[in-house]
Amino acid sequence: MTAPQEPGSNPRRAFIAAAGAGVAGLGFTAIAPGLHLMAVGQADAAEVRKAGSAASPAVRWGLLIDAGKCAPGCTKCIDACHTENGVSEKLPDPRQNSQWIRKIELVDRRDGRKTELPMMCQHCANPPCVDVCPTGASMKRADGIVLVDRHTCIGCRYCMMACPYKARSLVHVPLTEQNPEVPRGQGCVESCTLCVHRVDRGQTPACVESCPEGAMLFGDLNDPSSAIAKRIASVPTTQVRSDLRLNQGVRYQGL
Amino acid sequence: MMLNPRHEEGFFYLLAAIGGLVSAVGIGAALYMEHSGHVVTGMNNQIVWGLPHVVAIFLIVAASGVLNVASMGSVFGRKLYKPRAPLSGLLALAMISGGLAVIMLDLGRADRIIVAATHFNPTSVFGWNVILYPVFYGVVAVYLWTMMERRMHPWMKVAGFATFIWRIVLTTGTGSIFAFLVARQAYGTALLAPMFIIMSFCWGLAVFLVVQSTMYAWNGLTLPPLVLQRMKNLLATFVAAVLYFTIVLHLVNAYFAKNIAFEYFILFDSEFAGMFWIGQILIGTLLPLALLFNPATAAKSLWVNVAALLVIVGAYFQLYVFIIGGQAFPLDMFPGYDVKSTFMDGMVDHYSASLPELLLALGGIGIAFTMTTIGVRILHFLPQDDFAEIEAATSATD
Repeated sequence: MTAPQEPGSNPRRAFIAAAGAGVAGLGFTAIAPGLHLMAVGQADAAEVRKAGSAASPAVRWGLLIDAGKCAPGCTKCIDACHTENGVSEKLPDPRQNSQWIRKIELVDRRDGRKTELPMMCQHCANPPCVDVCPTGASMKRADGIVLVDRHTCIGCRYCMMACPYKARSLVHVPLTEQNPEVPRGQGCVESCTLCVHRVDRGQTPACVESCPEGAMLFGDLNDPSSAIAKRIASVPTTQVRSDLRLNQGVRYQGL
Repeated sequence: MMLNPRHEEGFFYLLAAIGGLVSAVGIGAALYMEHSGHVVTGMNNQIVWGLPHVVAIFLIVAASGVLNVASMGSVFGRKLYKPRAPLSGLLALAMISGGLAVIMLDLGRADRIIVAATHFNPTSVFGWNVILYPVFYGVVAVYLWTMMERRMHPWMKVAGFATFIWRIVLTTGTGSIFAFLVARQAYGTALLAPMFIIMSFCWGLAVFLVVQSTMYAWNGLTLPPLVLQRMKNLLATFVAAVLYFTIVLHLVNAYFAKNIAFEYFILFDSEFAGMFWIGQILIGTLLPLALLFNPATAAKSLWVNVAALLVIVGAYFQLYVFIIGGQAFPLDMFPGYDVKSTFMDGMVDHYSASLPELLLALGGIGIAFTMTTIGVRILHFLPQDDFAEIEAATSATD
């Protein structure tokens, strides 16, 4: 895992913080005549990534999910994910539907304690899906988000065989009416993108925003001052299948 | 029985036409899948590889194994196998073509196959295979050339050795597709690489025996008893070796507490248990061993061929249990918990192949069959035994 960075040591982050402070009163930044970038005031929101600039390796985006807060039967995160990403197909065989995020119900065999949690791509630091992809379509961005390049995925499904979380799906049918920000395609493999299009705009993933219980916390695992890093430092958290040493970006609390 | 030349020619065209038709139907099925999406298959997001992969992997593994016949002659100096080397090379090319066609046509985006050649990920076993397969074609083609062109004969041993090395590497690559998977209990063991090699020896030789006998019968010849005896002994050895690896694989798995549930599932408590015990062990292993070792049957070409056919049938059962059964068992993400979800977590999945994927799989066999049928017709692949030389060599080495 990348060593935590000293607060303020990231020049880009410092610059954006200074710029943000300077224009906070105005609520927007002028980046070109007639073109404005709206300032995002949400706590722990992602930094805005300029179009054409690379993702920063100093950042490691992650999620902390508090299974203790995840309400039984609630599917708001799934609904929000599907709406945001245009995952709308309902096939006769539900096993052929894309599963970007799903709820798993757990019953502890020792005491019968019930827990529910959302399961999605765990955005591993050492992702098996990336290792096995023959064309390199399965990739990890510098900021830790694991994605599929829809232009080079050939639909071999080897990544689906390799994923220990069953987090990947093949698009089994031709698609129409897609969200332009989230390109999908028949015959390609896909999975949770951590709402990368929102993160790059400085927003949090749709599932996080939709959770009425506040059970999901999004942020930079590398930034010790972030809420997610502080929480992980202060409460016991779990990485699912930690025996595989994949160093997931998604962690669970209350398991 | 020797066919009348006119009938013989007509029969050849009939066989080639049947093979071509099966291949064309397979390609048509692939186009239908490409057009409609994989929704028309029985595969889903839990069982992601299905019947096409079972057939394709059989063809690819057997393709490299059938070359063992050539290697026995060129690398290990067994004279009995030398006249059989050209046929073994042809079968290798035919079967790998059928297998690769199925794998490529089953891709979600088969139209992007060129991307696999232009984008290479060095950490991917699939990526390695993208290099291993074309080189295999090249090496076997050169080997065939050195055998069939008199002026190239001096290079035959070198080409044979290179082919032998490459086919070992290739099958290691095929076994490693599964050996490198950490996610599922059925896979992720280094044992699979050598096990696939011995499986290839076994299945390749079984295919060779059946094709060779068919060619001899077609030409009104009988396989010489010495050849039959040598090859059936070799087949029996390979069948026993596959059984040995199977036992070790399951014993090791069952020894690990985390894999006991999977072993119980695959061996005793699933639709795959019957396929394992009856299909793989009884039909594919014990019956062939009995036929190959029983003096009453072992000396008869018919029964040796029946044994070889049973080995091939058992191989399909083995791969079905391994590939489909391995995916049907739920992933163990939360040890100590009972798990359920809307996506088969904690549940055994069920797979049944749809017609298009069955036709695609058969299309791969059709391609291999057609290439073999036309190849043996156009070129001179019937083994030409010089028995005086073989007898002399055999008595010298024995």
